[in-house]
Formats: sequence, structure tokens, C-alpha cells
Amino acid sequence: MNDTYFEILREGVNTTIQDSGRNHLYHIGITVSGASDQRNFRLANKVVNNDLNEAVIEFAYQGPLLELKNGRINFAITGEIFFNIIKKNSEIEEGKCYQNYILEEGEKIDIISTKKTTYGYLSVEGGFKLDKIWKSYSINTKANIGPNNGKKYSLNEKIFIKKSNIDNSKKKKIEYKNSFDNIVRVIKGTNYDYFSKTAKDIFFNEEYVVTRLVDRMGMRLDGPYLENIVNTNIKSEGLIKGVIQVPAAGKPIILLSDHGTIGGYPKIAIVISADLDKVAQLTPGTKIKFKEVNLEEAVKLFNNYTEQTNKYLDELN
Amino acid sequence: MIKNISNLGDAAVYCDFGHEVNETINGNVINYFNYLSKLVAEQKIEGINNLTPSYNKLIVSFDLTITSYKKIKNTIENIEIKKDIKRNNKKIEIPICCDDEYGLDFERLSKKLNLSKMEILKIFFDKEYFCYMTGFVAGMPFLGDLEKRIRCDRLESPRVKVPEGSVGLTEQFSNIYTLESPGGWNIIGSTPKKIFLKSNLKDPALIKAGDRVKFFQISKKEHMNWNE
Repeated sequence: MNDTYFEILREGVNTTIQDSGRNHLYHIGITVSGASDQRNFRLANKVVNNDLNEAVIEFAYQGPLLELKNGRINFAITGEIFFNIIKKNSEIEEGKCYQNYILEEGEKIDIISTKKTTYGYLSVEGGFKLDKIWKSYSINTKANIGPNNGKKYSLNEKIFIKKSNIDNSKKKKIEYKNSFDNIVRVIKGTNYDYFSKTAKDIFFNEEYVVTRLVDRMGMRLDGPYLENIVNTNIKSEGLIKGVIQVPAAGKPIILLSDHGTIGGYPKIAIVISADLDKVAQLTPGTKIKFKEVNLEEAVKLFNNYTEQTNKYLDELN
Repeated sequence: MIKNISNLGDAAVYCDFGHEVNETINGNVINYFNYLSKLVAEQKIEGINNLTPSYNKLIVSFDLTITSYKKIKNTIENIEIKKDIKRNNKKIEIPICCDDEYGLDFERLSKKLNLSKMEILKIFFDKEYFCYMTGFVAGMPFLGDLEKRIRCDRLESPRVKVPEGSVGLTEQFSNIYTLESPGGWNIIGSTPKKIFLKSNLKDPALIKAGDRVKFFQISKKEHMNWNE
């Protein structure tokens, strides 16, 4: 039996492998990486009966065009995604997210685009035939760590699939609506008081817009200038996903999954864990507003968010 | 030893050891880092995802589904560090070629410091450096302290690409670019030695917090033919 794999007929904008991320290496400069939208990543695995932390394909904006070679697989796509399944006779079936499909040898998945969001996920039952590096499948393209030599996938490459022949799988499906609200809830940062009274008011009352300078490392925002009255640099220190830094230029930057592990810009705020998936999905041009919450509220909101995720996961049992 | 503990967002603890940058404060940070790393390795504490030591801070990030700020803070507050803690620090020798092809910023440095290239190098190579932390990108060491006479600001406009292996100076610090990346440090040379080796899965970063580094100068020929 020949190996079962996807051949990449179109690579898409940023097609990588991701999982829940790579921990315990910040101290040597290796960042967490992992799926930008952790809920959609988990849901993708659940629809095809996988362990929730199995490797998936993450794509951004325009996804890849993939042809299945040798085998029969069970796959699913999550996110807000416009995609087609192209049959062998060129007949096109419009795909729906959050449900599984059987794909036969020679058929193709054409991931045309994300709708008003950035990331989507493609899972296959049994997962991909890849090696973990430091206990994670996640590709970090900046440090070239992970499968595919740590690089995003390109044309004509192959992504091998573990399970080569799937019997008819149980049909699974949920109705899931991604949130499009543009309020980003934050906790005040460790350098909050570096900013003037006016800057603080502006930060919580004015709109900021997501610029085109956004990738898996971070998201630069544009909007009113935030005046720093203490120092526009701090002694470099550790960072985490969700930190909002404000360099001397006075415009905030939100750090995302592939962020640098240390940095020297003042931290005005940190996005709460419950809103990290939502923030990662924001597209250039989107206007957002920051809202302050305290630690207790943030934990409560995170617990609600987790409960909600678990509810969707249960529906797929 | 910790001046203040606070929360960094909802899933990290921010331990502040002070404002200054010196070996004593950094040593305290590293003692806490080592202590907590051991607890994590021995599975005596749940939910810690990462520990990030820096000059004078330690950040402990955790999994909010497993633990909480209160629990981690409580653990940290009850840590007792013994004074005579033994630290296993390496001394590492790093070759650098400082030919103009690699030493990109001698013109700027000479002008700003009012010293010749020869003088700058003499001062730089005379000293052994201490690694305060490793990070930003994989394996990048932050070393110090440079002699006052060779301290210089960052470039006004950072380079889009600093070549892998470049050795840079900024203020009291020196670093090594382990990957090609953007950066604004004054580049004085290049090392052919691999500072971050991902094939070495057990220990990919050659220089870690607490280690000591001594640089030595090599020729362009030695740089090109370097073999580890």
C-alpha cells in the first residue's frame, strides 16, 4: 500500500501545522506557537474523532488546494471558511464547516478563503504523519522549528496522513457561530502608569484599527497616539501571548502565538485569555475597542468560554 | 528578594526583583527560576507552562484551566532559597571575526565613542561577560557588562536583516544573533560557532542565563573554515 498524502496544488497564504503549542522553552527563546484560534483547532479534531491535541493544518485568508493521493480519509474544516470539494469528475460540492466528509483518492479540497476572519483549520481522522519537536507539532516559521523544517508549506509538497483507509465514519456536525464582536477585554498591564491620563482615557474609549502589519507574531494597531510620560523603553523582560506593547511611536501592538519571548516596550494591557481566539481572528481594517476587566472577572469569563467550548465538544460525541 | 509579585494578565505571574541590572539581582532571578524549574520537572507543581527569567524579572505563565494566579503566587512566596546555592555555570569561549565584512558598524562606533576600531576591540576582548538571559529569538544570549568606554546607543533605524552569527553591542550589553532577524544593535563581528543548534534536542541553546562568555578573535580564513 502506498502512503496516503495531500499533494499541495496551491499553497495558500500561510499554511502550517499547529497544535496546542510548545511549552517550557521560553527561557531559551523558543516561543509557544500553536494554533492561533485554539477553540477552532480543538473543534476540528473533535469532528473527526481525534485526540483534541492532534496536529491540524492551519491556513490564513486563502487556504491551500489539496489533492488526496492513495487512500480514503475522513476530514473536517473549522472556522468561517468558504471551501469546495472537487470530485474526480470535476463536480464541485460546496463544503460546510464543523462537519466531517469522506474524501476519496484523487479528490481535492479547495480552501478558497476565510470569511471576515483570518484562520481556519483542516483536520484528518488519525492525524498527520509528522514528528513532534519538543513535544509539539507546531511549525514556527521565524525560528524554523517544527515539521517541514519549520517552514510554511509550498507548492508540490506533500503532507502525509497516518490513516490510509477509513471505513464510513459516523456523520458529525454542529451549528457553530464564530463571534464577531469587536470589544477586546483586557487587564491593565505592568506599565499602565507609564501612560498619561489622556492616553489611558484614549486607550479605553477610542477605536483602534487592525493594520495590514499582522502575522502570527503580532498585530499592529493604528489609532490615536498614546503618550508615555515615564519611559518608552523598559529593561527587556518576558512576554506572553496577548500582551499589548506600546513602543515610542505610541501605537499598540498585540502579541500573538509566535511572539518574541522577551521585549523592552512598555506593556499597557494584556488581552484576557477568553478573548485570545477572537483577537487572533481579527482582519486588517477591523475596528476594535478595549474594555477593562479585573482579574476575577477575567477568570470568570475564561471559565465561561471554556464551558462553552466543552459544550460544543460534547455535542460532537 | 522578590520586591513585588503581581499578575500579568490572567495567566501569568510577574515577579519583580528590582530595577537595576546587575549580577546579584539577576542571580536571584535565576535562583528562583532554577527552583521552580525543578518543581516543574519533578511534577511537584501543576499547570506551569513557562518560566521566563530576564535581567531583573521572572515571569511564570500558567494554564488557567489547571491552576490560578493565587496558587502560583502562594508557591512563589513560600520558596526559601538557600544562600549557598550551587550553580552549574559553564564558561564558554566564542570565536569572532571582526573584519569589516562582518563588523558592520565600526565607523559609527568609532565616531560615537571617539575610539579606533583597534581600541574598541582591545577593550571588548579583554573582558569576560556574564549571560543575564537568553531569548527574544531562539538561543539569543544577552551578555554584559561592557566597559563604559564602549557603550553606545542602538542604531537609529534598525536593520531589516542582521545576518546569523552577528555579534552586537548596545548600551552595557552584547548579544549574538542566533538566527537572521531584524535588529538595531551595533554589529562588530560574526561568530561561525552555532549558538543555537536545534538538532541538539536536549540542550539547543549553547549560552544560558548565568553562563560566562569569553570572546576571542579569529581571521576571516578561520571563520570560513570553522569546524566544530
